[in-house]
Amino acid sequence: MSDMIRRYGFTLTSTFCLLTAFWLLVLVILPNLYLFENSFRPYLPVVDIGGPKDVYTLKNYLTFFDSPIHISVFIWTVVYSSIVTFICFVIAYPLAYYLSKVAHPRSLPTLFLILTIPLWVSEIMRSFAWFIILSLKGPLNILLIDASVIEKPIRWMTGFRSVLIGLVYTYVLFMLFPIFNAIQSLDTNQIEAAEDLGSPWWRTHWRVILPHSKPGIASGSVMVFMLSAGSILVPTLLASTSSRWFTEIIQQWMFESNDWNTGSAYAFLLLILCTLFVTAVMRTFRVKLSDIAR
Amino acid sequence: MSASVELENVCADFGSFRAVDNVSVTINAGEFFSFLGPSGCGKTTILRMVSGFISPSQGVIRIGGEDMRNSRPNQRPTALIFQNLALFPLMPIWENIAFGLEVRGVDKKKRRERAEELLRLVDLPDAADKAVSQLSGGQKQRVAIARALAVEPAVMLLDEPLSALDLKLRQHMRAELRAIQKRTNVTFIYITHDQGEALAMSDKVAVMSHGKLQQVASPREIYDRPANGFVASFVGENNVLTGTITGESGGSASFETALGTFAARLGPGAGKESKLYLRPEHLRLTAEPTAANRIPVEVTDVAFEGNFISIHTRDATGKALVSEARNDGRSQIPERGARLFAEFDADQAVILADGTPARKGEPA
Ligand SMILES: Nc1ncnc2c1ncn2[C@@H]1O[C@H](COP(=O)(O)OP(=O)(O)O)[C@@H](O)[C@H]1O
Ligand SMILES: [Mg+2]
Repeated sequence: MSDMIRRYGFTLTSTFCLLTAFWLLVLVILPNLYLFENSFRPYLPVVDIGGPKDVYTLKNYLTFFDSPIHISVFIWTVVYSSIVTFICFVIAYPLAYYLSKVAHPRSLPTLFLILTIPLWVSEIMRSFAWFIILSLKGPLNILLIDASVIEKPIRWMTGFRSVLIGLVYTYVLFMLFPIFNAIQSLDTNQIEAAEDLGSPWWRTHWRVILPHSKPGIASGSVMVFMLSAGSILVPTLLASTSSRWFTEIIQQWMFESNDWNTGSAYAFLLLILCTLFVTAVMRTFRVKLSDIAR
Repeated sequence: MSASVELENVCADFGSFRAVDNVSVTINAGEFFSFLGPSGCGKTTILRMVSGFISPSQGVIRIGGEDMRNSRPNQRPTALIFQNLALFPLMPIWENIAFGLEVRGVDKKKRRERAEELLRLVDLPDAADKAVSQLSGGQKQRVAIARALAVEPAVMLLDEPLSALDLKLRQHMRAELRAIQKRTNVTFIYITHDQGEALAMSDKVAVMSHGKLQQVASPREIYDRPANGFVASFVGENNVLTGTITGESGGSASFETALGTFAARLGPGAGKESKLYLRPEHLRLTAEPTAANRIPVEVTDVAFEGNFISIHTRDATGKALVSEARNDGRSQIPERGARLFAEFDADQAVILADGTPARKGEPA
């Protein structure tokens, strides 16, 4: 702190600190605390707020456990978020390996630029673009038919298919970068040592490269899973009649039923249950939190 | 099982830069062979070509008489010990050692037995279940050797394996490596920039400079009969005198320098651009000279090294000459400022073609 004051002067330092504190407190902590508090209070007509009926209760949380439909939507959300995470891993791992160990270091800036250009466009626009691409008479089907890959247009937007595509597209880079970092920190001599000892490429990956990149895979997976489970834009825009995402239920509570109390309770349930799920998965794969922070 | 290694007109190019230039050498089966040269002279590149990580841009490499052109590193009968060892930090020691066997489909119980056997061979019997990070530098070194031996290679390739160790351990490991090589009778190709290491361990040494072979011979021959000025000044110390050859007869010549004219042995390739090379231990300091080759000098400094004494002198023209004498505990050490004669025998000084003196002792 005194270091900062010496370097930037008192005015600038205190401005920085106050701005950071404001951001954290007013824009992050307070709204969440407000929702958290609200999630324990019943949904009441305005006149009753603050009255004798306005007591703390777990009723909002229990609503979820009493509703089989909501539970099933939650489970499907977790299942499909896991699938998204897995697909992202399958795409990102070879790409990360290629970028960190095969591609010439001089071509890396260009490759990364190409990879990140889509991020310049907002998420809504990107999801909407996919909506157009995947529509029945959209460019993808036209292209595939012209190339004689398929004969009749495919209905892409049924079930969770389009949501999966959209989520993978949106979040795959969150998987790529941590794995890239992890593999890049692996001494190339170790890969060569394995090969020198006679190891075929797949065993080198299985025994040397994959174990080394485990922390990167774990942090990438946690990020992609949490972002997918908490995503609202993609599931809404690319939804089909049969795909329901848990965040959509939260949105319904808040904006359609105007019941922010139950909505908040659902939001916190999503957070808590997903955290539990991630913790359990990390246990099974023997990943520690400290590994991820590395 | 061991195999010979032949390099025939091997070149390695990185872009327009030629790192290994037309190297031809035959390494016999069961030999301890060293490549010795300053940092950046292409030693590692040669090793990587033999193990298959780089393909020669020209020339042929044969292992056991077989052309290796189309063999990947995992198909060659070689095992490389990397400069930084490259142990697998996430596997316990025994799995590190048994990795090559795991690849070959040996079952777990046999692998474990073999790993423990090898750990006994390298004198680390209790390390099987330890983590790599728990071992000291010298112990990791042994694990790396054991891991390479596990695949029963016909040729072991070692890239400066001792450079990271401290002096005492390095000397110990020299003897150890030599003993392991004799016991297993595997062909060892050893790379080093440390001439002491190369001379002490090898059956044969190849001295390299700028990607080219300078001399391939036994350690004794390299030291006593250097092929050119580079070898003479890179391997061991030398006093170098510039001058011209004035008369030749048989294997010797008289060499005229600013300090006088001396009789000396005529080395290979000696011609117009030649220099006189004179080892410090062959330069005697005495008050009453007996040899014909003598230079009056003044002692400028005396360095007591323990087993020998290094005496720095200067002659009348200001040229520095170093003389080394064994410390036998009895003879007198000259004082600084003493005026003496430096003398040497004609057969212990050699006239050689000029060699670019290399920077010595740099880690490669
Ligand atoms: N991959 C490479 N690309 C370009 N130049 C290289 C490469 N590897 C080695 N070199 C160059 O080749 C020369 C020999 O390198 P190396 O064989 O590692 O030398 P040494 O092991 O004798 O120190 C050096 O000048 C080095 O800069
Ligand atoms: Mg090297």
